[in-house]
This record gives sequence, structure tokens and C-alpha cells, in this order.
Amino acid sequence: MGSLKIENIRKSFGHVDVLKGIDLEVKDGEFVIFVGPSGCGKSTLLRVIAGLEDATSGDILIDGKKVNNTPPAKRGIAMVFQTYALYPHLSVRDNMGLGLKQAGQPAEEIKGRIKIASGMLSLDDYLERRPAELSGGQRQRVAIGRAIVREPELFLFDEPLSNLDAALRVNTRLEIARLHRQLKATMIYVTHDQVEAMTLADKIVVLNKGRIEQVGSPMELYNAPQTIFVAGFIGSPQMNLIEASKLGQSGAKTVGIRPEHIQVSKTSGEWKGSVIHVEHLGADTIIYLQTDFGPLTVRLFGEHKYDVDGVLYATPDAGRTYRFDNEGQVIKG
Amino acid sequence: MAKPTASPLRTGLVHLALGAYTLIALFPVFLVVINSFKDRASIFRDPLGLPTPATFSLIGYNTVLTQGDFVLYFQNSFIVTAVSIFFVLLFGAMAAFALSEYRFKGNTMMGLYLALGIMIPIRLGTVAILQGMVAAGLVNTLTALILVYTAQGLPLAVFILTEFMRTVSDDLKNAGRIDGLSEYSIFFRLVLPLIRPAMATVAVFTMIPIWNDLWFPLILAPSDATKTVTLGSQVFIGQFVTNWNAVLAALTLAILPVLVLYLIFSRQLIRGITSGAVK
Repeated sequence: MGSLKIENIRKSFGHVDVLKGIDLEVKDGEFVIFVGPSGCGKSTLLRVIAGLEDATSGDILIDGKKVNNTPPAKRGIAMVFQTYALYPHLSVRDNMGLGLKQAGQPAEEIKGRIKIASGMLSLDDYLERRPAELSGGQRQRVAIGRAIVREPELFLFDEPLSNLDAALRVNTRLEIARLHRQLKATMIYVTHDQVEAMTLADKIVVLNKGRIEQVGSPMELYNAPQTIFVAGFIGSPQMNLIEASKLGQSGAKTVGIRPEHIQVSKTSGEWKGSVIHVEHLGADTIIYLQTDFGPLTVRLFGEHKYDVDGVLYATPDAGRTYRFDNEGQVIKG
Repeated sequence: MAKPTASPLRTGLVHLALGAYTLIALFPVFLVVINSFKDRASIFRDPLGLPTPATFSLIGYNTVLTQGDFVLYFQNSFIVTAVSIFFVLLFGAMAAFALSEYRFKGNTMMGLYLALGIMIPIRLGTVAILQGMVAAGLVNTLTALILVYTAQGLPLAVFILTEFMRTVSDDLKNAGRIDGLSEYSIFFRLVLPLIRPAMATVAVFTMIPIWNDLWFPLILAPSDATKTVTLGSQVFIGQFVTNWNAVLAALTLAILPVLVLYLIFSRQLIRGITSGAVK
């Protein structure tokens, strides 16, 4: 069982407030991802949950038990670090077994658990090697294995894929998704990569400047962002955010439209613009337009050919625009 | 343009400079060693000549090993040096860990205070140290020397080790905390093995001045039972007559243990144990 409840967590380093009152509930078995730009406090929040940092105020409850003063090892958590943080002088086997040994588990039990974990992660052939003799992907798998053998109630991942190259990142992402299905454990995962967030999460928590901007499923965040920040952060390429006054619209400060929700035509349309750059990605074509109200990004599916400096007319899909007020909150309706 | 490393002239000059330095540094040692194997007359007649069958003599070694208690002196030097290094490394590393790992008020000031000893020679306090040792009844004990040398070595040790400890990844220490290691286990089992090269450096820097020191043994522990090798060899240097054979032989013998210790530590200087631990 691994539910987590965070109540009004605040954290300051000196005079800098990093977390400004976070409330969050994570249900047992959920895969929750914290995303946000650098310095938004997501890693600090994870460290507070792990017990590596003390919160300035507020409570952390794991399975309904307050763990504010419980040391990390006794919280029933396991953590995977961005830098792997393997013990360099221990073999893979000892790396995985150290926590259990420290907790006084019998040797047989430790052996059994390492066997299960190494089987799951196909690390059987590497158990006697040292971390220096492994590749980056293998090291990260060992780090994940070290978390699995602890059989924690809560898995914490701190940007586990950031140090891997693109191909390995996709593989390891799939592996983590598979592990989550297999172990049915609660997982909390920090990343700044919205693709990881969208593909892995049951629930995404978007953080900005020490506050939670929005909590929701990936599609909720994509389809119904509550703030201009979430609208801009989720989705790639970024949502076009246009000053409403320049479009001659009233009752809103900013109008947002996703690049994929715009159609273009060479002859007619709502907005006229000239092409400044075209990116061909095969499956997608991304067109950058310069219009009267500023730059506009358009994403078309499939291959299209448009000349730079040519004139194009863009038309937003009906019902796919978002309107935001002065505070950056979405205007409903 | 050739790269600096590829230019043969440049590498040649570098090698020349290093070679010249090595010669200058080794020449006195070489002189001591060759002359320790010659008889007294030929030491003076031809100080730079190698020992020949005609001039070869072990008289110096004979004197050293029969006169005075040189085995004991060696033992004293060895105990003082080894125990001092042990304490310097232990306390130095512990202080460095605290300074680099924990945030507390006055952290920087404490670091500066501990580094102050690098700039102020401990010998300035000789009189006070002697008074203290007399009051504590530690005069003519090896403990007195060990205490002084530990104090003498700590500032540099703390300074160097603090910098090195900062390079040990926080994630690694945090992983240890999550695995349930105590702060002491993290220090002894994770951090110390990773900074072994730095420890070896500190050990070498600490060891040589202690082994070679004449000042404190002369002042704090001049009794026959506590003499160190450097102090012991002084019996052969008289006001009117100096037994050069014996002095040179004693010095040659004194080089050996320090050489062995250096070899042990320099093996530890091999880097790269951290590679692969983190990124």
C-alpha cells in the first residue's frame, strides 16, 4: 500500500521560498509525475517526500502515517537518482543488496529479491560487475533494481532518464511503464521533459515557482489547461499565445491556439502571414509564420511543401482556442 | 599550427626542465648514499667518487648498528609518523566531511579558522607547547610528539580534503541515506573510499616533515628511550669531531622507511575509482 498525502508543505532556503504551500494527494498505485521548468521546486518536493530535506512547515503522510520526523530509510520509499548514484566500489549485486543488508534482512531473502529484480531488468549477467564496467543504460537499470529490491511502498524517480541518450531514453521509459504495471506500486517521478510526463503518467502535477499550477491526467492538461502557464508548458511545439487586443477580441488578455489546431491555405483564411521557416519532420511539418500580430507556429500532419517568404493564410479550428484573463487564468465558455 | 602537446621542441623542453629538476633533487641523496659506503679518508679526498673496492667500507653502518640504539630510534620514528598520519587523516577527513556536507551557522568561519594553521608555523608556539607538555607530564614521551604532529598536519589535511569531499556527489550520499546507512557509515563506507587519492596526497605531505623533523624531538622528547632517527644521528655530530661515516649511514637508513611508506601511498594515488559511480 502506498498512498501519499502532502499538506501545505513549505520549504525555504534562507530567504528564498522554494515551495510555497503544496497540497497533494496520491492514491495507491498511481503513477504521478511532477513537471515544471528548472527551479520550480519539483526536485525539492521529491527530496522532502524522501526525507532528504526537512520541510520548513507542513506535513507528509505516507499511508496515513505522518513521517515528518522519520528518517528516509524507514519511510518505505526507494529512490532512483538522475546520476544513478551507484556505490562505485560495490558489485551490482551488493549495490542492490546494501539497503536490505542494512535493514537486517536474512541473506536468503536478499538473494531471492535480487534474483527477481535482476530477472525483471535483465541484469543477470552483470551481477558481479562493478558500476564502472557497465554502460549508462545498464547503470540506470541497476539503480532501478536497487529500488525494486527494497519493495517500497513508494518509488521516487528524480529525472532518471536525463543522462541517457535519446534511443535509450525511449527504451528505459517503456521499461519503467512496464515495471509500473507489473509492480502496481505507487510511483512519483520528476522530470522537466513533458514527453516523459505525457507518456508515463496517470496524473501530472505541473509546478511553477513553488506552487502547483494544475493537477490532472495528461489529456486533461492538454485539452483543458487552467492557466496560461500549463497551456504553454504542455504540448510541443508550444501553444501560440497571442495578445487578444491585437486580434481585436475583447473580454480576454491572451488567446491561445495549439499549432496542430490551425489549418493553412494559400488563398484565403482568417490570418495572413508570411512563411519564415519550415521544419520537415516526416510525420509532421512545422511552419513558422510572421503575421500582423506576431509569430505563429503551425503544425501540419504529413509532408507539405511551402516556400519560405511565401504568403499563407491561417485559420484556427473552431472551438479549439483558449482565452485567458489578466491573471493568466482560463476563461471558461 | 601544431598543437602544443604535439610539438617535439616543447615536449623536449618540458622533459629537459623536469630532468634537470630531478637531478638537482636527487643529487644530495645520491651523495649521501655513495659516501655512506666509503671509508673516512676517501669521503674527504674524493666526495663525488663512487665507492671502489679500495675505498669501500661498511664502517659507518657498523657504528650505527652497534653504537646507540638505532633499532629503537627507528621504531620511535615509525610509531610517531604512522600514528600521527592516522590521526591527521581520521580527524582531518571527519572535519572536512562536516564542513563540506552540513549546512550550519559559521561553517565558512570554521573552515577558515581550521585553515589558519597552514599560514602560521606551529613552531612559533614551541615555548607554550613545551610548557603545556611539562604541565601535562608528557615530556619525553612519544605521545607528546604525536599530539604536536597531529596538530601540525590537520590544517592542510582539512583544507585539501574539504575541497575533495565537495566533489563527491550528493546523490550518492542520499542514496546511502535511503538505504539506511548512518552518517558514520556514509562517511566511512561511501565517502572515504572515493577520496582515497586525496587521502594519499595528504598522507605523503604530512609524513615527510614529521619523519625529518629535528625540532620537536629535540625539545619535547630528547631522552634516549624516545629519540627519533633524525635526533639519534645527531650523536655522531660533535662539536670537534664528526663521525661522517656514521652520520651518512644513519641518514641512508633513514631514507628507506620513508621510501617504503611513500610507495605504499603513491599506489593509492591512482585516480579513477569514482568513474562510473555517477554519470
